[in-house]
Amino acid sequence: MNLEELQQIASGVHNENLLFDFEVNVCQGTGCLSQHSDDIKAALEAALAASGKKALIRRTGCMGLCAAGPLVLIEPDAQLLQHVTVKHADAVINSLGATPVAELQCDLRQHFDDQDHVVLENSGRIDPEKIDEYIARDGYQGLVMALTDMRPADVIKQITESGLRGRGGGGYPTGLKWGMVAKAQSETKYVICNGDEGDPGAFMDRSGLESDPQRVIEGMAIAAYAVGASKGYIYVRAEYPLAVSRLTVSLREARRRGLLGNNICGTPFNFDIEIRLGAGAFVCGEETALIASIEGLRGTPRVRPPYPAASGLWGKPTLINNVETFANVPTILRKGGAWFAAIGTAKSKGTKVFALTGKIRNTGLVEVPMGMPLRQIVEGIGGGVPEGRTFKAVQTGGPSGGCIPAELLDIEVSYESLIQAGSMMGSGGMIVMDDTSCMVNVAKFFMEFCMTESCGKCIPCRAGTVQMHTLLTRICDGSGTMDDLDLLVDLCSTVKEASLCGLGQTAPNPVLSTLRYFKQEYMDHIVNKRCTAGVCNINHAAEVIA
Amino acid sequence: MSAATEIKTLIIDGKDVSARPDQTILDVARENGINIPTLCHLDGLSDVGACRLCLIEIKGQNRLLPACVARVEEGMEVTTTSERIARHRRTILELLFAERNHICAVCVANGNCELQALAQQLGLTHVRFPYRNPALAVDASHERFTCDHNRCILCTRCVRVCAEIEGAHVWDVEGRGADCKVITDLAQPWGDKNSSCTKCGKCVQVCPTGALYEKGKVGVEHPKRPDFLPYLNLMREAQ
Repeated sequence: MNLEELQQIASGVHNENLLFDFEVNVCQGTGCLSQHSDDIKAALEAALAASGKKALIRRTGCMGLCAAGPLVLIEPDAQLLQHVTVKHADAVINSLGATPVAELQCDLRQHFDDQDHVVLENSGRIDPEKIDEYIARDGYQGLVMALTDMRPADVIKQITESGLRGRGGGGYPTGLKWGMVAKAQSETKYVICNGDEGDPGAFMDRSGLESDPQRVIEGMAIAAYAVGASKGYIYVRAEYPLAVSRLTVSLREARRRGLLGNNICGTPFNFDIEIRLGAGAFVCGEETALIASIEGLRGTPRVRPPYPAASGLWGKPTLINNVETFANVPTILRKGGAWFAAIGTAKSKGTKVFALTGKIRNTGLVEVPMGMPLRQIVEGIGGGVPEGRTFKAVQTGGPSGGCIPAELLDIEVSYESLIQAGSMMGSGGMIVMDDTSCMVNVAKFFMEFCMTESCGKCIPCRAGTVQMHTLLTRICDGSGTMDDLDLLVDLCSTVKEASLCGLGQTAPNPVLSTLRYFKQEYMDHIVNKRCTAGVCNINHAAEVIA
Repeated sequence: MSAATEIKTLIIDGKDVSARPDQTILDVARENGINIPTLCHLDGLSDVGACRLCLIEIKGQNRLLPACVARVEEGMEVTTTSERIARHRRTILELLFAERNHICAVCVANGNCELQALAQQLGLTHVRFPYRNPALAVDASHERFTCDHNRCILCTRCVRVCAEIEGAHVWDVEGRGADCKVITDLAQPWGDKNSSCTKCGKCVQVCPTGALYEKGKVGVEHPKRPDFLPYLNLMREAQ
């Protein structure tokens, strides 16, 4: 395989598409599939056959605006149809080349215009299981260029120049990490893709793997070439069956095209990827626990150092990056590190995918340049909270993050500013809350999550999260005291500073950030025995006894 | 150790000390008479850094490090006791006491318990957290030993000694978070007729509390001797 052959494949796809007057893209992401978009596709195909029109009906990945699903995108005039049902199939086919179906028009220009798609550039545009469609959209150019024109050190230089940082939440500079693994002396090295996305309300990685799996595979292959690895693992949650099946097909396709396997592109570079399924433990998203899990051991984190870059899978130097990090790599190689570094802020480069959920109109997946004000994401792209409600907070970073209140909505989205605000970037979940959410109850929810997901290895996390949950439960049911609050704060400090891994170290964050911005709500529960949001079932018997 | 081994010098609690590069801060501190409290660490076993009692401060680093796994570095300035560390250590012990049913007066290990001794040493006078009082089983199916989950602190010394020293790997941990439990074989009774237990009793000797004990022995009759381990390792290496 070389660049010319890639272009041949691409022009083959383009020529084939020229046979059709229209392209009807039907979203087959998990969200739309849950509303039977596969049936819609079948109905469209039947209607098309009856009509005699020349159109290509294509299965695609996620189009992003899950709230308006099932979605259908008609090209060449970029008509987005929302809430399509099987009943609409005939009308949709009849509208091709005629008057569009008025009742289905999705007119959310601002939602899409404010976004900047790098990772999601093919999402909703190509059939995720057809490698040729990915190639037709410049796919695998990065890998072929790297293998034929660049030394491993040049690849790392591009990644370093791009300023890309780990998208799993830590924000560690990707180029630096690659350089460390490349420098490690070992015959065997591994590349691992962390797809164990577990934060409540986060679905970026799932959607990426379902919509454009080849991008992640290409990113891993480039990384393997750069660090000198010949074996890769993609660790995906078993709860993502669609992602797993599309990945399985995509790996087979990549091997068929000679883009995985031995002597890729006629060079001495060998690389192949295996899928490993997570068995439902949140902590396995932590890199050392994930490695233990791949090795077939109990998924518990271990003390670092040694970091995986020095001693990872089976004691060998291992590069481990998140799905979204790898998904950025092909574009960086194709367009250059400097192009990527021009997007974003001084320290946070490029774009970031966020999963917008909660009390927000345009639930779905968005990709924005770093540095965009949070307000623009929530109120502009997200469309704000539903009619008649007021915005209270946006939770970022999952159980490791915190809640950002309305008065801080103008901060920009970057690793640094979110940490400064007491939260963190995390993997990209954004849960919007309105005045019907009780912040003490939110803290309790996340604490319950950490408590049940703690692996139990270290004491502060195992026993500390249980006690914090007990104290929060007391406060929520109205039996909490000011002493309980002091004890809670004290415990937060120990769990944060003394826990072994990131899960425990960040478990107190939802409590600390809600205490920082919504202390009045805690006081209302403790002193006034009231839950202003009307969520908590305050036990008034406790008040009488007190 | 080759003659060319580089010797590191560092400062622990204001005292100048020297160390081989492969030594941990805990090793060096103890060599020099500086006591750092530990529960999961035991000389002769691999370290897991799980109890977090040996956390220490290093000048210039905000993060606390577990002394049992942190390697020495040239010029390090280590503080093993500070107000901050003491507070965390006491809280960790409190969490342990509140987690299961540690009632010293009716425990076989009373007077010979590392948890009890540490609580006394660190000046723990009361527990601020509500006791969880879980209903946990006692496995008395073994002919010689008993496993009382009520006293277990999940230090995993038994797991490691059985796998690393005895080579039987009878013990392991099941469950997650507060539901974690040490188990024998695949969660079968310890005394099961098909048990892989060799009855060597090493797990009982290394257990820091009254979770594993010899039947028919209580309190002062039951001092444990975990110090057999470094000796055993030394003898094995000599062979």
